[in-house]
Amino acid sequence: MSDPLTAAVGLPTTSVPSRPATGFWRRALRHRSFVLGAALVCLVIGSALLSLVWTPWPAYEIDIASKLKPPSFSHWLGTDSFGRDIVSLLLVGARSTILVGIIAVGIGLTSGVCFGLLAAARKGWTEELIMRMSDFTFAFPAVLSAIMLAAVVGPGMLTSITAIGIFQIPIFVRVTRGSANAIWAREFVLAARASGKGGFRITIEHVLPNILSILIVQATIQFALAILAEAALSYLGLGTQPPQPSWGRMLNDAQTLLFQSPMLAVYPGAAIAVAVLGLNLLGDGLRDLLDPRLARER
Amino acid sequence: MGNPANAPLIDVDNLGVRLNTSRGPAQAVRGISFSLKRGETLGLVGESGCGKSVTALALMGLLPDNAVLGGSVRLDGRQLIKLSDADYCKLRGNRISMIFQEPMTALNPMHTIGQQVAEPLRRHKNYSAGQARTEAIALLDRVGLPDAAKRVDAYPHQFSGGQRQRVTIAMALACEPDLLIADEPTTALDVTIQGQILDLIADLVEERGMSMILISHDLGVIAENVERMMVMYGGTVVESGPTDEVFRRMGHPYTQGLFRARPRFGARKGTRLKTITGTVPELADLPSGCTFADRCPLVVDGCRAALPPVVEVGHGHGVRCIRTDVSMADRVGAVSA
Ligand SMILES: Nc1ncnc2c1ncn2[C@@H]1O[C@H](COP(=O)(O)OP(=O)(O)O)[C@@H](O)[C@H]1O
Ligand SMILES: [Mg+2]
Repeated sequence: MSDPLTAAVGLPTTSVPSRPATGFWRRALRHRSFVLGAALVCLVIGSALLSLVWTPWPAYEIDIASKLKPPSFSHWLGTDSFGRDIVSLLLVGARSTILVGIIAVGIGLTSGVCFGLLAAARKGWTEELIMRMSDFTFAFPAVLSAIMLAAVVGPGMLTSITAIGIFQIPIFVRVTRGSANAIWAREFVLAARASGKGGFRITIEHVLPNILSILIVQATIQFALAILAEAALSYLGLGTQPPQPSWGRMLNDAQTLLFQSPMLAVYPGAAIAVAVLGLNLLGDGLRDLLDPRLARER
Repeated sequence: MGNPANAPLIDVDNLGVRLNTSRGPAQAVRGISFSLKRGETLGLVGESGCGKSVTALALMGLLPDNAVLGGSVRLDGRQLIKLSDADYCKLRGNRISMIFQEPMTALNPMHTIGQQVAEPLRRHKNYSAGQARTEAIALLDRVGLPDAAKRVDAYPHQFSGGQRQRVTIAMALACEPDLLIADEPTTALDVTIQGQILDLIADLVEERGMSMILISHDLGVIAENVERMMVMYGGTVVESGPTDEVFRRMGHPYTQGLFRARPRFGARKGTRLKTITGTVPELADLPSGCTFADRCPLVVDGCRAALPPVVEVGHGHGVRCIRTDVSMADRVGAVSA
């Protein structure tokens, strides 16, 4: 049966196949908060990368003779109470910040997404169990888990990474389960089940791709929270240990000299603010740009 | 498949479905029985909310886990109720397929139509990627998608509603199923396209010797496309029989009301059947007797006492009503007058 009518009525909206993501970069470059956020994040990442190959001064070098120097030509932002160069400390500190963020969010993202997808796919008591467990975990703030962990294995970067990572899991479980449930309720999932696909295939082929953008946005925002948590833990002495520099530790060191040299607290504080602000702006921008309602031509 | 030609392909006996609704558990389907031989077609008609889709999903084993099923569903003699999900997966899309109402949402926006049509072939028939793609193009061509070979790699959003429904039909038929369940396949489409899609389905069903269960709220669609029909109301079958017989001698007041209230030709989707007074009752508080009693013009006390038995009013034509003497006399009188 041929029907010229359908062919005429149902002319394709576009004749050249185009991926739904077409024009992403064009729209991205026009999106102000995305551009600003990306720039700030690139600045932090750039600092961390730069510190791997070059710092103005060796970051670990203690030089008591030149302690608490004001900004000068040789020490752009001055020196701290041990005579270490602030710029160098900030650059190397970016490294710990990013490392902790990536690993902690990585832990939270991978396990949280797996549990969330499982809960949405299995429903019933599996879902109930996973959600109650994640509520339970969520009841322990990162600082509390870090204190408990530090009591057992001692403080350090690993402790703070683990504590922050565990704290991130329930957040990702909730976001994943919520958005995955919405996809499971869609008709194309019913159609996929009607064509004989099992729960695992549907999760991998239909659910995950459709919630990916939500996860990316959430991960960006969690990254910012992880940076704040890392700073807080280091500030409390539970995270990164000396001599390893970190922005939180720099704040801690500056605390005792707050009236003598307040700028020592301002620099790491500003660095943390830049990183967190950058990530939040980036997350907001991505949320707008990846919004399926805008991305798909409807 | 080693099955005597006159044995039923699918045999449904006293199928019941209990669902958990927001207002507590409710009997969405109560005691449906029918059987279909290979190549036979059956229509399921009734207002929205009367349990047509739930019945279809029960046959597909796709109801939520908390649904409680009763009765028996046999495919070639094999009991499907309580079949494990893994075993059911081997049947779905392979021996039983389903087409849905919304072609806009029945396709995954992230995959090309070619991938989606080829997928059941790869999984159920172990086709290689190349074979499946060739077959997918042939199928898309068969369902009348213009330029199938060129457009096989396009995404669903690049097609119109009618074209997408053609794609879902190709998907459903890829593995040459024995039974096709089409749940309001044209309700979401423009009137101009509806007839073409129904013709396509009818052609394919005949060409492949499939059995079909066609679900619609539209009596016109049922009249033109199936040999036998069942009229559903509140989860029960109130009338069933050969289509022409039922249309000639409608026995149930509900069927008659539905017929009088049928949308005029050309009415758009969403048109309500306004002339049957009252609304479909909430499932959770369906009356214990005849489910139609509250809206029925012929209601007497006896209707509310117990679910009326099926009255045989013609060959294979059953009506679940205790007042057929009046309802059918009326009708006969009206015709002869
Ligand atoms: N998953 C579900 N959970 C609870 N109630 C449902 C579910 N699916 C359908 N129902 C209810 O079952 C009844 C029959 O629905 P359905 O079979 O979809 O009607 P239709 O005849 O329009 O296809 C409706 O009252 C509906 O609200
Ligand atoms: Mg329905």
